[in-house]
Amino acid sequence: MAEAKLAEAPAAAAGAEVLAVKDLQAWYGESHILHGINFNVRAGEVVTLLGRNGAGKTTTLKSVMGIIGKRSGSIRFDNQEIIRASSDRIARKGIAFCPEERGIFSSLDVKENLMLPPVVRSGGLSLEQIFTLFPNLKERLSSQGTKLSGGEQQMLAIARILRTGARFLMLDEPTEGLAPVIIQQIGHTIARLKSEGFTILLVEQNFRFASTVADRYYIVEHGKVIDGFSNSELSANMDKLHTYLGV
Amino acid sequence: MQALYAQLLVGLINGSFYALLSLGLAVIFGMLNIINFAHGALYMMGAFVAYFLLNLGGINYWWALIIAPVVVGVFGMILERTMLQWLAGLDHLYGLLLTFGIALIVQGVFQNYFGSSGLPYSIPDQLKGGMNLGFMFLPIYRGWVVIFSLVVCIATWFLIEKTQLGAYLRAATENPTLVRAFGINVPRMITLTYGLGVGLAALAGVLSAPINQVRPLMGADLIIVVFAVVVIGGMGSIMGSIITGFALGVIEGLTKYFYPEASNTVVFVLMVLVLLVKPTGLTGRAA
Repeated sequence: MAEAKLAEAPAAAAGAEVLAVKDLQAWYGESHILHGINFNVRAGEVVTLLGRNGAGKTTTLKSVMGIIGKRSGSIRFDNQEIIRASSDRIARKGIAFCPEERGIFSSLDVKENLMLPPVVRSGGLSLEQIFTLFPNLKERLSSQGTKLSGGEQQMLAIARILRTGARFLMLDEPTEGLAPVIIQQIGHTIARLKSEGFTILLVEQNFRFASTVADRYYIVEHGKVIDGFSNSELSANMDKLHTYLGV
Repeated sequence: MQALYAQLLVGLINGSFYALLSLGLAVIFGMLNIINFAHGALYMMGAFVAYFLLNLGGINYWWALIIAPVVVGVFGMILERTMLQWLAGLDHLYGLLLTFGIALIVQGVFQNYFGSSGLPYSIPDQLKGGMNLGFMFLPIYRGWVVIFSLVVCIATWFLIEKTQLGAYLRAATENPTLVRAFGINVPRMITLTYGLGVGLAALAGVLSAPINQVRPLMGADLIIVVFAVVVIGGMGSIMGSIITGFALGVIEGLTKYFYPEASNTVVFVLMVLVLLVKPTGLTGRAA
Protein backbone atom coordinates (compact mmCIF):
# COMPACT_ATOMS: atom_id res chain seq x y z
CA MET A 1 0.00 0.00 0.00
CA ALA A 2 1.37 3.38 1.01
CA GLU A 3 4.83 1.99 1.71
CA ALA A 4 5.66 1.34 -1.93
CA LYS A 5 4.77 4.88 -2.77
CA LEU A 6 6.80 6.28 0.11
CA ALA A 7 9.99 4.72 -1.08
CA GLU A 8 9.78 6.92 -4.15
CA ALA A 9 8.42 10.00 -2.42
CA PRO A 10 9.91 12.94 -4.29
CA ALA A 11 12.79 14.63 -2.58
CA ALA A 12 12.85 18.39 -2.29
CA ALA A 13 16.57 18.41 -1.66
CA ALA A 14 18.20 15.72 -3.74
CA GLY A 15 20.87 14.70 -1.25
CA ALA A 16 22.00 11.18 -0.54
CA GLU A 17 19.90 9.10 1.79
CA VAL A 18 21.12 9.69 5.36
CA LEU A 19 18.52 7.80 7.35
CA ALA A 20 16.51 4.82 6.15
CA VAL A 21 14.00 3.26 8.52
CA LYS A 22 12.40 -0.01 7.44
CA ASP A 23 9.73 -2.03 9.21
CA LEU A 24 10.65 -0.50 12.58
CA GLN A 25 8.79 -2.10 15.46
CA ALA A 26 9.19 -1.01 19.07
CA TRP A 27 7.85 -1.98 22.47
CA TYR A 28 7.52 -0.29 25.87
CA GLY A 29 7.62 -3.28 28.16
CA GLU A 30 4.79 -5.48 26.94
CA SER A 31 2.99 -2.85 24.89
CA HIS A 32 3.72 -2.90 21.19
CA ILE A 33 3.95 0.77 20.11
CA LEU A 34 5.44 0.83 16.61
CA HIS A 35 4.06 -1.67 14.09
CA GLY A 36 6.33 -1.22 11.11
CA ILE A 37 7.52 2.33 10.47
CA ASN A 38 9.01 3.08 7.03
CA PHE A 39 10.54 6.38 5.97
CA ASN A 40 13.77 7.97 4.88
CA VAL A 41 15.59 11.28 5.19
CA ARG A 42 18.04 12.67 2.65
CA ALA A 43 20.98 14.95 3.33
CA GLY A 44 20.00 18.58 3.81
CA GLU A 45 16.28 17.91 4.15
CA VAL A 46 13.85 18.91 6.87
CA VAL A 47 11.45 15.98 7.24
CA THR A 48 8.49 16.21 9.57
CA LEU A 49 6.59 13.39 11.20
CA LEU A 50 2.99 14.47 11.73
CA GLY A 51 0.30 12.65 13.62
CA ARG A 52 -2.02 12.73 16.56
CA ASN A 53 -1.01 12.34 20.17
CA GLY A 54 0.12 8.80 20.88
CA ALA A 55 0.55 7.90 17.21
CA GLY A 56 4.19 6.86 17.78
CA LYS A 57 6.16 9.89 16.55
CA THR A 58 8.22 10.37 19.69
CA THR A 59 8.76 6.63 19.99
CA THR A 60 10.09 6.64 16.43
CA LEU A 61 12.69 9.30 17.30
CA LYS A 62 13.61 7.49 20.49
CA SER A 63 13.99 4.24 18.58
CA VAL A 64 16.35 5.87 16.08
CA MET A 65 18.30 7.25 19.06
CA GLY A 66 18.49 3.79 20.64
CA ILE A 67 16.61 4.82 23.76
CA ILE A 68 13.78 2.28 23.36
CA GLY A 69 15.10 -1.01 24.68
CA LYS A 70 13.11 -3.41 22.53
CA ARG A 71 13.05 -2.65 18.82
CA SER A 72 13.31 -4.59 15.58
CA GLY A 73 13.48 -3.91 11.87
CA SER A 74 16.17 -1.83 10.26
CA ILE A 75 17.53 1.66 10.91
CA ARG A 76 20.37 2.59 8.60
CA PHE A 77 22.27 5.82 9.21
CA ASP A 78 24.99 6.78 6.72
CA ASN A 79 24.65 3.26 5.32
CA GLN A 80 25.37 1.61 8.65
CA GLU A 81 22.84 -0.55 10.46
CA ILE A 82 22.23 0.93 13.96
CA ILE A 83 19.16 -1.01 15.13
CA ARG A 84 21.25 -2.90 17.70
CA ALA A 85 23.64 -0.09 18.68
CA SER A 86 23.50 1.51 22.16
CA SER A 87 22.39 5.13 22.27
CA ASP A 88 25.85 6.46 23.18
CA ARG A 89 27.29 4.78 20.08
CA ILE A 90 24.47 6.12 17.91
CA ALA A 91 25.17 9.64 19.19
CA ARG A 92 28.84 9.20 18.34
CA LYS A 93 27.88 8.40 14.75
CA GLY A 94 26.51 11.93 14.44
CA ILE A 95 22.84 11.91 15.44
CA ALA A 96 21.79 14.53 17.98
CA PHE A 97 18.50 14.46 19.84
CA CYS A 98 16.47 17.26 21.39
CA PRO A 99 13.74 15.61 23.48
CA GLU A 100 10.17 16.82 23.83
CA GLU A 101 10.58 17.58 27.54
CA ARG A 102 13.78 19.49 26.59
CA GLY A 103 15.85 17.69 29.18
CA ILE A 104 17.51 20.71 30.76
CA PHE A 105 19.40 19.58 33.86
CA SER A 106 18.47 21.40 37.06
CA SER A 107 21.72 20.53 38.84
CA LEU A 108 23.72 22.20 36.04
CA ASP A 109 23.90 25.88 35.20
CA VAL A 110 23.23 27.14 31.67
CA LYS A 111 26.89 27.02 30.67
CA GLU A 112 27.28 23.46 31.98
CA ASN A 113 24.09 22.42 30.17
CA LEU A 114 25.43 23.97 26.99
CA MET A 115 28.81 22.26 27.30
CA LEU A 116 27.43 18.88 28.41
CA PRO A 117 27.06 16.94 25.14
CA PRO A 118 30.54 15.87 24.07
CA VAL A 119 31.82 16.88 20.64
CA VAL A 120 31.44 13.82 18.40
CA ARG A 121 33.15 15.24 15.33
CA SER A 122 34.65 18.48 14.11
CA GLY A 123 32.54 21.11 12.40
CA GLY A 124 30.16 21.93 15.24
CA LEU A 125 29.13 25.49 15.94
CA SER A 126 31.41 27.57 18.13
CA LEU A 127 30.05 29.24 21.26
CA GLU A 128 30.23 32.54 19.39
CA GLN A 129 28.04 31.23 16.55
CA ILE A 130 25.62 29.78 19.07
CA PHE A 131 25.30 33.12 20.87
CA THR A 132 24.61 34.81 17.52
CA LEU A 133 21.71 32.40 17.00
CA PHE A 134 20.51 32.62 20.60
CA PRO A 135 21.62 35.92 22.16
CA ASN A 136 19.43 35.35 25.24
CA LEU A 137 21.57 32.44 26.38
CA LYS A 138 24.70 34.54 26.65
CA GLU A 139 23.09 36.71 29.31
CA ARG A 140 22.04 33.73 31.42
CA LEU A 141 25.14 31.54 31.42
CA SER A 142 25.45 31.25 35.19
CA SER A 143 21.72 30.76 35.88
CA GLN A 144 20.45 27.37 36.94
CA GLY A 145 19.32 25.55 33.79
CA THR A 146 15.72 25.10 34.87
CA LYS A 147 15.37 28.76 35.95
CA LEU A 148 15.16 29.79 32.28
CA SER A 149 11.82 30.49 30.64
CA GLY A 150 10.28 27.74 28.50
CA GLY A 151 11.45 29.42 25.31
CA GLU A 152 14.98 29.87 26.60
CA GLN A 153 15.09 26.26 27.73
CA GLN A 154 14.06 25.14 24.25
CA MET A 155 16.79 27.30 22.73
CA LEU A 156 19.32 25.88 25.16
CA ALA A 157 18.20 22.35 24.29
CA ILE A 158 18.75 23.05 20.58
CA ALA A 159 21.92 25.09 21.12
CA ARG A 160 23.74 22.38 23.05
CA ILE A 161 23.39 19.80 20.28
CA LEU A 162 24.73 22.23 17.66
CA ARG A 163 28.10 22.28 19.42
CA THR A 164 28.65 18.56 18.97
CA GLY A 165 29.37 18.49 15.25
CA ALA A 166 26.43 16.15 14.59
CA ARG A 167 24.85 17.07 11.24
CA PHE A 168 21.65 15.09 11.76
CA LEU A 169 19.27 16.65 14.29
CA MET A 170 16.10 15.14 15.68
CA LEU A 171 13.82 17.75 17.26
CA ASP A 172 10.79 16.51 19.16
CA GLU A 173 8.03 19.13 19.24
CA PRO A 174 10.31 22.15 19.62
CA THR A 175 7.37 24.58 19.63
CA GLU A 176 5.22 22.87 22.24
CA GLY A 177 3.82 25.30 24.79
CA LEU A 178 5.73 28.32 23.50
CA ALA A 179 4.54 31.84 22.66
CA PRO A 180 4.05 32.69 18.94
CA VAL A 181 7.01 35.08 18.85
CA ILE A 182 9.32 32.35 20.22
CA ILE A 183 7.90 29.80 17.78
CA GLN A 184 8.79 32.21 15.02
CA GLN A 185 12.33 32.51 16.31
CA ILE A 186 12.68 28.73 16.41
CA GLY A 187 11.35 28.58 12.86
CA HIS A 188 14.04 31.03 11.73
CA THR A 189 16.65 28.98 13.52
CA ILE A 190 15.58 25.76 11.80
CA ALA A 191 15.58 27.50 8.40
CA ARG A 192 19.03 28.86 9.15
CA LEU A 193 20.35 25.44 10.15
CA LYS A 194 18.91 23.91 6.99
CA SER A 195 20.61 26.55 4.86
CA GLU A 196 23.86 25.61 6.55
CA GLY A 197 23.42 22.03 5.51
CA PHE A 198 22.02 20.39 8.62
CA THR A 199 19.59 17.52 8.09
CA ILE A 200 16.61 17.71 10.42
CA LEU A 201 13.97 15.19 11.43
CA LEU A 202 11.16 17.04 13.14
CA VAL A 203 8.22 15.79 15.12
CA GLU A 204 5.37 18.29 15.29
CA GLN A 205 1.74 18.57 16.28
CA ASN A 206 1.73 22.18 15.13
CA PHE A 207 1.12 21.64 11.44
CA ARG A 208 1.15 25.36 10.62
CA PHE A 209 4.62 25.66 12.07
CA ALA A 210 5.85 22.54 10.29
CA SER A 211 4.63 23.82 6.94
CA THR A 212 6.98 26.82 7.22
CA VAL A 213 10.12 24.70 7.52
CA ALA A 214 9.55 21.18 6.17
CA ASP A 215 10.49 19.74 2.78
CA ARG A 216 8.55 16.53 3.25
CA TYR A 217 5.95 15.06 5.60
CA TYR A 218 5.13 11.62 6.81
CA ILE A 219 1.87 10.86 8.58
CA VAL A 220 2.16 8.49 11.53
CA GLU A 221 -0.93 6.73 12.85
CA HIS A 222 -1.24 3.76 15.23
CA GLY A 223 2.48 3.09 15.04
CA LYS A 224 2.66 3.06 11.24
CA VAL A 225 3.53 5.54 8.53
CA ILE A 226 0.31 5.76 6.53
CA ASP A 227 1.10 8.51 4.04
CA GLY A 228 3.75 10.89 2.87
CA PHE A 229 4.11 13.86 0.55
CA SER A 230 6.40 16.75 -0.21
CA ASN A 231 5.80 20.40 0.58
CA SER A 232 4.85 21.15 -3.04
CA GLU A 233 2.08 18.55 -2.81
CA LEU A 234 0.78 20.08 0.36
CA SER A 235 -2.19 22.02 -0.96
CA ALA A 236 -3.42 19.00 -2.91
CA ASN A 237 -3.28 16.96 0.28
CA MET A 238 -4.87 19.42 2.69
CA ASP A 239 -8.18 17.59 2.93
CA LYS A 240 -6.53 14.27 3.66
CA LEU A 241 -4.29 15.96 6.21
CA HIS A 242 -7.23 17.44 8.08
CA THR A 243 -8.74 13.99 8.31
CA TYR A 244 -5.48 12.44 9.53
CA LEU A 245 -4.82 15.06 12.14
CA GLY A 246 -8.42 15.67 13.08
CA VAL A 247 -8.02 19.42 12.90
CA MET B 1 39.58 22.25 79.47
CA GLN B 2 42.26 19.87 78.24
CA ALA B 3 39.76 17.03 78.30
CA LEU B 4 37.25 19.06 76.29
CA TYR B 5 39.79 19.77 73.56
CA ALA B 6 40.84 16.15 73.55
CA GLN B 7 37.23 15.07 73.02
CA LEU B 8 36.80 17.70 70.32
CA LEU B 9 39.81 16.23 68.52
CA VAL B 10 38.42 12.70 68.82
CA GLY B 11 35.16 14.08 67.45
CA LEU B 12 36.92 15.67 64.48
CA ILE B 13 38.74 12.40 63.74
CA ASN B 14 35.55 10.38 63.84
CA GLY B 15 33.93 13.15 61.84
CA SER B 16 36.63 12.72 59.18
CA PHE B 17 35.73 9.06 58.77
CA TYR B 18 32.01 9.81 58.81
CA ALA B 19 32.51 12.47 56.15
CA LEU B 20 34.65 10.29 53.85
CA LEU B 21 32.24 7.38 54.15
CA SER B 22 28.99 9.31 53.85
CA LEU B 23 30.41 11.25 50.90
CA GLY B 24 31.02 7.97 49.07
CA LEU B 25 27.57 6.71 50.00
CA ALA B 26 25.99 9.90 48.68
CA VAL B 27 27.84 9.70 45.36
CA ILE B 28 26.94 6.02 44.94
CA PHE B 29 23.32 6.59 45.89
CA GLY B 30 23.04 9.46 43.41
CA MET B 31 24.37 7.50 40.46
CA LEU B 32 23.39 3.88 41.19
CA ASN B 33 20.35 4.48 43.38
CA ILE B 34 21.79 1.86 45.70
CA ILE B 35 22.20 2.14 49.45
CA ASN B 36 25.61 0.57 49.69
CA PHE B 37 25.62 -1.56 52.83
CA ALA B 38 28.96 -3.05 51.75
CA HIS B 39 30.59 0.33 52.47
CA GLY B 40 31.82 -0.63 55.95
CA ALA B 41 33.30 -3.90 54.68
CA LEU B 42 35.14 -2.05 51.93
CA TYR B 43 36.45 0.47 54.48
CA MET B 44 37.77 -2.51 56.46
CA MET B 45 39.33 -3.95 53.30
CA GLY B 46 41.18 -0.66 52.78
CA ALA B 47 42.77 -1.02 56.20
CA PHE B 48 43.65 -4.67 55.52
CA VAL B 49 45.23 -3.84 52.16
CA ALA B 50 47.45 -1.33 53.98
CA TYR B 51 48.28 -4.02 56.55
CA PHE B 52 49.17 -6.61 53.87
CA LEU B 53 51.22 -4.12 51.89
CA LEU B 54 53.31 -3.31 54.95
CA ASN B 55 53.68 -6.81 56.38
CA LEU B 56 53.91 -8.86 53.20
CA GLY B 57 55.46 -6.41 50.78
CA GLY B 58 57.23 -3.93 53.02
CA ILE B 59 55.30 -1.18 51.26
CA ASN B 60 54.81 1.79 53.55
CA TYR B 61 51.82 3.87 54.64
CA TRP B 62 52.29 6.56 51.99
CA TRP B 63 52.05 4.09 49.14
CA ALA B 64 49.14 2.40 50.90
CA LEU B 65 47.22 5.69 50.79
CA ILE B 66 47.30 5.37 47.00
CA ILE B 67 47.33 1.61 46.43
CA ALA B 68 44.61 0.55 48.88
CA PRO B 69 41.89 2.81 47.39
CA VAL B 70 42.83 1.61 43.91
CA VAL B 71 42.78 -2.09 44.87
CA VAL B 72 39.48 -1.79 46.74
CA GLY B 73 38.10 0.47 44.01
CA VAL B 74 38.83 -2.21 41.40
CA PHE B 75 37.27 -4.85 43.66
CA GLY B 76 34.20 -2.59 43.93
CA MET B 77 34.04 -2.13 40.16
CA ILE B 78 34.08 -5.91 39.72
CA LEU B 79 31.18 -6.16 42.20
CA GLU B 80 29.31 -3.49 40.24
CA ARG B 81 29.89 -5.13 36.85
CA THR B 82 29.08 -8.66 37.97
CA MET B 83 26.24 -8.01 40.42
CA LEU B 84 25.04 -4.49 41.21
CA GLN B 85 24.41 -3.45 37.59
CA TRP B 86 21.61 -6.03 37.31
CA LEU B 87 19.68 -4.21 40.03
CA ALA B 88 19.19 -1.03 38.00
CA GLY B 89 15.55 -0.01 38.05
CA LEU B 90 14.58 -2.37 40.86
CA ASP B 91 13.38 -1.44 44.32
CA HIS B 92 15.96 -0.12 46.82
CA LEU B 93 15.38 -3.21 48.91
CA TYR B 94 17.23 -5.43 46.42
CA GLY B 95 20.35 -3.27 46.47
CA LEU B 96 20.23 -3.13 50.23
CA LEU B 97 19.93 -6.91 50.58
CA LEU B 98 22.65 -7.64 48.03
CA THR B 99 25.17 -5.20 49.45
CA PHE B 100 24.36 -6.30 52.99
CA GLY B 101 25.00 -9.89 51.90
CA ILE B 102 28.29 -8.89 50.28
CA ALA B 103 29.30 -7.13 53.51
CA LEU B 104 28.57 -10.25 55.58
CA ILE B 105 30.52 -12.48 53.21
CA VAL B 106 33.56 -10.19 53.08
CA GLN B 107 33.57 -9.71 56.84
CA GLY B 108 33.08 -13.45 57.38
CA VAL B 109 36.06 -14.31 55.20
CA PHE B 110 38.32 -11.88 57.05
CA GLN B 111 37.07 -13.06 60.43
CA ASN B 112 37.77 -16.64 59.43
CA TYR B 113 41.43 -15.84 58.81
CA PHE B 114 42.10 -13.04 61.27
CA GLY B 115 39.63 -13.54 64.13
CA SER B 116 38.05 -10.56 65.76
CA SER B 117 40.96 -8.98 67.54
CA GLY B 118 42.87 -6.06 66.16
CA LEU B 119 46.10 -6.23 64.20
CA PRO B 120 48.58 -3.46 64.92
CA TYR B 121 49.53 -0.93 62.28
CA SER B 122 52.01 1.64 63.42
CA ILE B 123 52.00 5.34 62.72
CA PRO B 124 54.49 6.23 59.95
CA ASP B 125 57.72 7.73 61.29
CA GLN B 126 57.13 11.11 59.71
CA LEU B 127 53.87 11.54 61.62
CA LYS B 128 54.96 10.25 65.05
CA GLY B 129 55.03 12.41 68.11
CA GLY B 130 52.99 15.44 68.84
CA MET B 131 53.09 19.14 69.36
CA ASN B 132 52.05 21.39 72.17
CA LEU B 133 49.55 23.93 70.91
CA GLY B 134 49.57 25.77 74.24
CA PHE B 135 45.98 24.91 75.09
CA MET B 136 46.36 21.21 74.28
CA PHE B 137 48.72 18.48 73.14
CA LEU B 138 48.08 17.45 69.50
CA PRO B 139 49.32 14.06 68.30
CA ILE B 140 50.60 14.85 64.81
CA TYR B 141 49.02 11.79 63.21
CA ARG B 142 45.57 12.82 64.41
CA GLY B 143 45.98 16.34 63.08
CA TRP B 144 47.09 14.85 59.76
CA VAL B 145 43.99 12.64 59.51
CA VAL B 146 41.66 15.59 60.03
CA ILE B 147 43.40 17.87 57.57
CA PHE B 148 44.00 15.22 54.92
CA SER B 149 40.38 14.03 55.09
CA LEU B 150 39.17 17.59 54.76
CA VAL B 151 41.36 18.10 51.69
CA VAL B 152 40.11 14.86 50.09
CA CYS B 153 36.48 15.78 50.82
CA ILE B 154 36.89 19.23 49.31
CA ALA B 155 38.72 17.82 46.29
CA THR B 156 35.87 15.35 45.74
CA TRP B 157 33.33 18.15 46.09
CA PHE B 158 35.30 20.20 43.55
CA LEU B 159 35.49 17.27 41.13
CA ILE B 160 31.74 16.76 41.25
CA GLU B 161 30.51 20.35 41.42
CA LYS B 162 33.05 22.25 39.34
CA THR B 163 34.47 20.06 36.56
CA GLN B 164 33.16 18.73 33.25
CA LEU B 165 33.42 15.17 34.53
CA GLY B 166 31.34 16.21 37.53
CA ALA B 167 28.79 17.80 35.20
CA TYR B 168 28.42 14.43 33.42
CA LEU B 169 27.96 12.82 36.80
CA ARG B 170 25.36 15.29 38.03
CA ALA B 171 23.51 15.17 34.71
CA ALA B 172 23.55 11.36 34.67
CA THR B 173 22.19 11.33 38.22
CA GLU B 174 19.22 13.35 36.94
CA ASN B 175 18.59 11.77 33.54
CA PRO B 176 20.95 8.92 32.60
CA THR B 177 19.02 8.09 29.41
CA LEU B 178 19.50 11.53 27.91
CA VAL B 179 23.15 11.78 28.93
CA ARG B 180 23.73 8.46 27.20
CA ALA B 181 21.90 9.74 24.12
CA PHE B 182 24.47 12.55 23.99
CA GLY B 183 27.19 9.98 23.44
CA ILE B 184 28.46 9.35 26.96
CA ASN B 185 29.00 5.77 28.04
CA VAL B 186 26.85 5.98 31.16
CA PRO B 187 27.23 2.33 32.27
CA ARG B 188 31.01 2.78 32.35
CA MET B 189 30.58 6.02 34.28
CA ILE B 190 28.39 4.23 36.84
CA THR B 191 31.08 1.59 37.32
CA LEU B 192 33.75 4.26 37.81
CA THR B 193 31.51 6.14 40.24
CA TYR B 194 31.09 3.04 42.37
CA GLY B 195 34.87 2.61 42.24
CA LEU B 196 35.35 6.21 43.38
CA GLY B 197 32.86 5.86 46.23
CA VAL B 198 34.35 2.67 47.63
CA GLY B 199 37.87 4.02 47.00
CA LEU B 200 37.03 6.85 49.41
CA ALA B 201 35.91 4.25 51.96
CA ALA B 202 39.18 2.35 51.53
CA LEU B 203 41.14 5.58 51.98
CA ALA B 204 39.32 6.18 55.26
CA GLY B 205 40.26 2.62 56.22
CA VAL B 206 43.96 3.27 55.64
CA LEU B 207 43.77 6.53 57.62
CA SER B 208 42.09 4.74 60.50
CA ALA B 209 44.49 1.75 60.64
CA PRO B 210 47.12 3.43 62.89
CA ILE B 211 44.44 4.85 65.21
CA ASN B 212 41.92 2.05 65.59
CA GLN B 213 43.97 -1.01 64.59
CA VAL B 214 42.96 -3.32 61.77
CA ARG B 215 39.96 -5.51 62.60
CA PRO B 216 37.52 -7.49 60.41
CA LEU B 217 34.54 -5.85 62.14
CA MET B 218 35.90 -2.30 62.20
CA GLY B 219 33.59 -1.32 59.36
CA ALA B 220 30.52 -3.03 60.74
CA ASP B 221 30.78 -0.96 63.93
CA LEU B 222 31.32 2.30 62.08
CA ILE B 223 28.82 1.91 59.26
CA ILE B 224 25.78 1.99 61.54
CA VAL B 225 26.72 5.46 62.74
CA VAL B 226 27.56 6.51 59.19
CA PHE B 227 24.10 5.53 57.99
CA ALA B 228 22.61 7.66 60.76
CA VAL B 229 24.85 10.51 59.55
CA VAL B 230 23.59 10.01 56.01
CA VAL B 231 19.97 9.98 57.15
CA ILE B 232 20.54 13.21 59.09
CA GLY B 233 22.39 14.95 56.29
CA GLY B 234 20.21 13.71 53.47
CA MET B 235 21.39 11.66 50.52
CA GLY B 236 21.17 14.36 47.91
CA SER B 237 24.01 16.71 48.66
CA ILE B 238 27.78 16.28 48.46
CA MET B 239 28.62 19.29 50.63
CA GLY B 240 25.78 18.33 52.96
CA SER B 241 27.28 14.91 53.64
CA ILE B 242 30.74 16.39 54.27
CA ILE B 243 29.49 19.02 56.70
CA THR B 244 27.11 16.64 58.47
CA GLY B 245 29.90 14.08 58.82
CA PHE B 246 32.29 16.47 60.54
CA ALA B 247 29.53 18.16 62.56
CA LEU B 248 28.20 14.92 63.99
CA GLY B 249 31.69 13.78 64.89
CA VAL B 250 32.12 16.99 66.87
CA ILE B 251 28.69 16.70 68.48
CA GLU B 252 29.57 13.17 69.56
CA GLY B 253 32.86 14.44 71.00
CA LEU B 254 31.15 17.22 72.92
CA THR B 255 28.60 14.78 74.28
CA LYS B 256 31.44 12.58 75.53
CA TYR B 257 32.68 15.54 77.55
CA PHE B 258 29.42 16.97 78.84
CA TYR B 259 27.28 13.83 79.19
CA PRO B 260 29.34 10.72 78.43
CA GLU B 261 26.41 8.38 79.05
CA ALA B 262 24.72 9.65 75.88
CA SER B 263 27.77 9.68 73.62
CA ASN B 264 26.86 6.44 71.88
CA THR B 265 23.26 7.36 71.30
CA VAL B 266 23.35 11.08 70.55
CA VAL B 267 23.66 10.53 66.79
CA PHE B 268 20.63 8.25 66.77
CA VAL B 269 18.58 10.65 68.90
CA LEU B 270 19.43 13.38 66.38
CA MET B 271 18.46 11.05 63.58
CA VAL B 272 15.03 10.48 65.08
CA LEU B 273 14.53 14.21 65.60
CA VAL B 274 15.54 15.03 62.02
CA LEU B 275 13.31 12.29 60.63
CA LEU B 276 10.37 13.69 62.59
CA VAL B 277 10.92 17.23 61.36
CA LYS B 278 12.40 16.76 57.88
CA PRO B 279 12.25 13.16 56.61
CA THR B 280 14.50 13.85 53.60
CA GLY B 281 17.37 14.94 55.87
CA LEU B 282 18.82 18.39 56.47
CA THR B 283 20.12 18.92 52.92
CA GLY B 284 18.30 16.15 51.11
CA ARG B 285 15.83 16.25 48.29
CA ALA B 286 12.72 14.13 48.08
CA ALA B 287 13.41 10.71 46.61
